[in-house]
Amino acid sequence: MSRWADVILTPLLSLLLAFAISALVILAIGESPVEALKVMVTGALGSSYGWGFTLYYATNFIFTGLAVAVAYHAGLFNIGGEGQAALGGLGVTLVLLAVPWPHWLLALPAAAVGAAAFGALWALIPAWLQARRGSHIVITTIMFNFIAAALLNYVLVNLLRPVGSMDPASARFPEATNLPKLTDFFALIGVEWGRNTPANVTFLVALLALFGVWLLIWRTRLGYEIRAFGRSEKAALYAGISPVRITVIAMLISGGLAGLMAINNVMGEAERLVLNAVEGAGFIGIAVALMGRNHPVGILLAALLFGFLYQGGGELALWTSIPRELIVVIQALVILFTGALDNMVRMPLERVFSPRSAQGSPR
Amino acid sequence: MDYATILQILDSAVRLMTPLLLACLAGLYSERAGVFDIGLEGKMLMAAFAAASVAAVTGSVWLGLIAGIAGSLILAAVHGLASITFRGNQLISGVAINFLASGLTVLLGQKIFGLGGRTPSLAGDARFGPVTLPLAETLRGVPVLGPFYAEVISGHTPLVYVALIAVPLTWWLLFRTRFGLRLRAVGENPASVDTAGVSVTRLRYAAVAIAGLLCGIAGAYLATGLSAGFVKEMTAGRGFIALAALIFAKWRPWPALGATFLFGLFEAIANRYPNIEIGPVTIPSMFMNALPYILTVIILAGFVGRAIPPRAGGEPYVKER
Repeated sequence: MSRWADVILTPLLSLLLAFAISALVILAIGESPVEALKVMVTGALGSSYGWGFTLYYATNFIFTGLAVAVAYHAGLFNIGGEGQAALGGLGVTLVLLAVPWPHWLLALPAAAVGAAAFGALWALIPAWLQARRGSHIVITTIMFNFIAAALLNYVLVNLLRPVGSMDPASARFPEATNLPKLTDFFALIGVEWGRNTPANVTFLVALLALFGVWLLIWRTRLGYEIRAFGRSEKAALYAGISPVRITVIAMLISGGLAGLMAINNVMGEAERLVLNAVEGAGFIGIAVALMGRNHPVGILLAALLFGFLYQGGGELALWTSIPRELIVVIQALVILFTGALDNMVRMPLERVFSPRSAQGSPR
Repeated sequence: MDYATILQILDSAVRLMTPLLLACLAGLYSERAGVFDIGLEGKMLMAAFAAASVAAVTGSVWLGLIAGIAGSLILAAVHGLASITFRGNQLISGVAINFLASGLTVLLGQKIFGLGGRTPSLAGDARFGPVTLPLAETLRGVPVLGPFYAEVISGHTPLVYVALIAVPLTWWLLFRTRFGLRLRAVGENPASVDTAGVSVTRLRYAAVAIAGLLCGIAGAYLATGLSAGFVKEMTAGRGFIALAALIFAKWRPWPALGATFLFGLFEAIANRYPNIEIGPVTIPSMFMNALPYILTVIILAGFVGRAIPPRAGGEPYVKER
């Protein structure tokens, strides 16, 4: 099958199938898919206010999508983005509350290091167990999501909660560490854009991360080793690539990227650590990476699409009787069709696009 | 802590064990046949919703049970289609099924009942009532064992006993029948089963369907036995605890009973004593809740006996041409 059909056509058709079935679901609950789409487009893309939220959500999903993608290139399925991002939040909080930062420009790199370090640490144990003890990384990362939830619950209720507060949340971060919003940047050039929206400077960090991952995977020796290991563990071993080293490094980068999400949601938006701050973004990373075919360009587009779905879904719940959970259904269908059922689309396509001579030969 | 309290905790542990045990056995069939199933959670959730909805509308818990099983089987069919027929990634399919159930149950629940994703509370015939085993009241007077029999063994809903009977039944089916031998073989070395002229596809579909059936019962029990109705996300990670128990039990039925009882006991203790004080140390309830996961990681790490999964698990079978 020609390359463009595999890279462009298969995911596009899978996506269309997922959306077609989502439309059927909306019809089944007695609403109009066309009306729903209109509300979503107006709410998420029709104003700079909508865009501000869409970009904020997309920033989260870029990080978690990249996290899944880097692990995927090494042949590892990291479902632990949720827990790693939660721990990243803890890292950000400790960094910001421990030092009286004079300016956000100083606080941001420090918080980013804290976030990435805590996220990476949370991925290290599953990685080591997979590499050394052969325990399946999918199972261990699932378990670590639950352990992270319990840990954060404990830390927030018993350790970080300010005295006298009933709310299981940390103290507010000092005002100097509050990140500038994208609206502030637009104000500098005299344009009013996205007032009262959470999109902040982290979006630019996310774009940098996209570029960094592209460099890493396709332009460095380490990236080559990661991809070689992901394609064939035996061949990589034969080429002198250490499976333990690649598994651990790939998962550290993956966990670090998931953890980095915290500078967007914890430092940029909430400005304190709250319970369940990740809100499922770790899992959406799976859908984003699958849809984006584990390539930074694809991940950016997929993250924007999910940002749109998220903001649009919120508007749907506000203006129509369709609950927010519609987005979860769409997300599930996207994962199902682009990730698990992609052969359903690819098999007939292969028949159409393959040269006549190749037909019937084993693939 | 007196004897009566211990009995109450054990009684509660048996009730909390039941959905875990059923889901764990479901995973056992599927994974023994070489199909990973991390969609236990979603199947249970769908079943809980379907069972509670039909029981609420018809007033019959048995119709609810059938609906629950049907709901779970539909998702099992999706999993089979993705992982057996289209040779897709079984883990990704499981993740998708969990989300599908999580979203659809709220969407449909809101549409049908308009209660923000809940179903109306069930009462009377729309719930499973307790079954008093023979002689439970007569033997209550016997010291120590009498109250144990009356409180812990007797007085549960029918599905608890279904789950307990499923354990020896699974053992017999897997280790004493031709079907069981083939099912285990298909999880270890599908090519050999294929060479013997037995359909790998059909065996794996059978295993996935049995998993669907058991998850259906588990979900129905959650919504109509353990609680009185469906609440959003009511499975609350039980599918994953069942998965943990399956690893803990090393994919064997009797240890599955032990593992799920242990995890049920943890939950019962955490429910009763939010904070346990042992001398100067206070163990927070969060630790008790996380304990099944922590223990599973330790088991997986191979420090306490090694857990080796079925060899062909997770790999789609491509027939030789």
